[in-house]
Amino acid sequence: MEALDGNAIGGLLHEVFGTEMTAATATCACCGATGPVALFTVFLRAPGTVARCRACSAVLIVIVRAKGMNCVDLSGIARLDRLDAA
Amino acid sequence: MAGTAVRRRLTWQVADVAAVCDETATVRTIELQTPDWAGHRAGQHVDVRLTAEDGYTAERSYSIASAPGEPVAITVQRLANGEVSPYLTSELRAGDELEMRGPIGGYFVWDGDDATRPLLLAAGGSGIVPFRSILRHRARSGAVVPVRLLYSVRSLADVIYRGELDQYTGSVSVTYALTRQAPPGWTGHRGRVDAPLLADVAWPVSREPVAYVCGPTAFVETVAEGLVRIGYPPDRVKTERFGGPGGS
Amino acid sequence: MSPISRGFHGRRGDEAAAPGRVPPGQYVTHDFPVLSAGPTPHTPTEAWTFSIRQAGDVLKSWTWQEMRALSAETVTADIHCVTRWSKLDTRWEGVSVDTLLEQARAEAAYVLAFSDGGYTTNLPIDDVTGGQAWVAFGYDGKPLEAEHGGPARLLVPHLYFWKSAKWVRGLELLDQDEPGFWETYGYHMYGDPWREQRYAGD
Repeated sequence: MEALDGNAIGGLLHEVFGTEMTAATATCACCGATGPVALFTVFLRAPGTVARCRACSAVLIVIVRAKGMNCVDLSGIARLDRLDAA
Repeated sequence: MAGTAVRRRLTWQVADVAAVCDETATVRTIELQTPDWAGHRAGQHVDVRLTAEDGYTAERSYSIASAPGEPVAITVQRLANGEVSPYLTSELRAGDELEMRGPIGGYFVWDGDDATRPLLLAAGGSGIVPFRSILRHRARSGAVVPVRLLYSVRSLADVIYRGELDQYTGSVSVTYALTRQAPPGWTGHRGRVDAPLLADVAWPVSREPVAYVCGPTAFVETVAEGLVRIGYPPDRVKTERFGGPGGS
Repeated sequence: MSPISRGFHGRRGDEAAAPGRVPPGQYVTHDFPVLSAGPTPHTPTEAWTFSIRQAGDVLKSWTWQEMRALSAETVTADIHCVTRWSKLDTRWEGVSVDTLLEQARAEAAYVLAFSDGGYTTNLPIDDVTGGQAWVAFGYDGKPLEAEHGGPARLLVPHLYFWKSAKWVRGLELLDQDEPGFWETYGYHMYGDPWREQRYAGD
């Protein structure tokens, strides 16, 4: 099963952040690559959701949904910028 | 940015299935009546959630096939081993309820504000769905930006929205790449999209085009890479990868 | 309250499996679903090693040839994934972890299995000994495919299958239990399917 991209977790990220995030710009804490969240390599078929850096494969985001709550780890992201559309 | 709605929470809502329409033997469009819809942008998608009687749930994402201003419609391709798509393409009928949330997405969207950039749309299989929204939005808004659509499918029988696509002339040009089977006398491209076909069909870089590529991951990677190789700046090649067979 | 989707049953399989074979909340599948948190590694066997480490030292290491020279067993087991599918009577071929730990003369209370690609998972040593765990390189009579964890994966069928680390490259011996990848994000430290220990606190 091939990986998808950050578009596939647009709804989940909107749930977690309270706003659309796929157009936000993220910087990988491991290799420094910068790009839109939409381009993350995303693995959905797992016990949780894992998004990785397209350049170096480092884990950027892990989201596990357990007992009605989202456990979110963003520590793989050094920086996350979102242009406020409002 | 055109048509930006007030920032709202993304909540699940219950839509009614207004109509279902078979596009091909394995593809169906589902028109929805959504009680609380704030509108959408071309290229966005919705998440759909099914719940079985024992509480088991399954969620999937589907691109919106209709233009901003039209009622929400999604087009679903039945995957052989699928869990959700066989239900949506065979069982679901008008009058049923469908839980969904959206619209979702802010990267893979086209609003038509930039009239200077010709549009290249490259679709693999069901990747055509968001492009129907884009093309209809373009027509409804009276935009004149020229479009080249490159649509890769197994055979002509697998073309989704054939009737609609056949109506485009002039400033929207449609090129098919048939990967498995071509009718006798076919003078179009046979086989997968490759570098020569891209060189032939894609807007020259000097026109400063913007490209959208959508479909199975392998298709998207090949085409996106190919466009960057002929000089498209990576940030003007927008991609959306769908799960292919063997997924849901 | 979500509405019930009329006529939707989900991909549930054969509920009429022998009673007592299927832990609570699981359904039987005849597929072998592939779940992954990352891209599939493709380590060639020439480059593959398996090592047992403790406090920064390698106690013992085996190349592919050395591992394959050890006596292997065939194992038939039911496997249970935390995402609710169970697969019955799966057949594996591998080397018992007991053999590896004996050769390493290793003693510890816990292990952390580590894999290509960075995946880890933790287990008590009592759960990978006594004939309960293997380093498996064969599935269903054939070499283990990369997407299912080949060249070799850990096989610990009595626990949820996330503990059976794919692409395993060794065991780190620990005095204390330390959460591996999924355990860090809220999955259960132990993971007994019969007590339905999916998440921390279950």
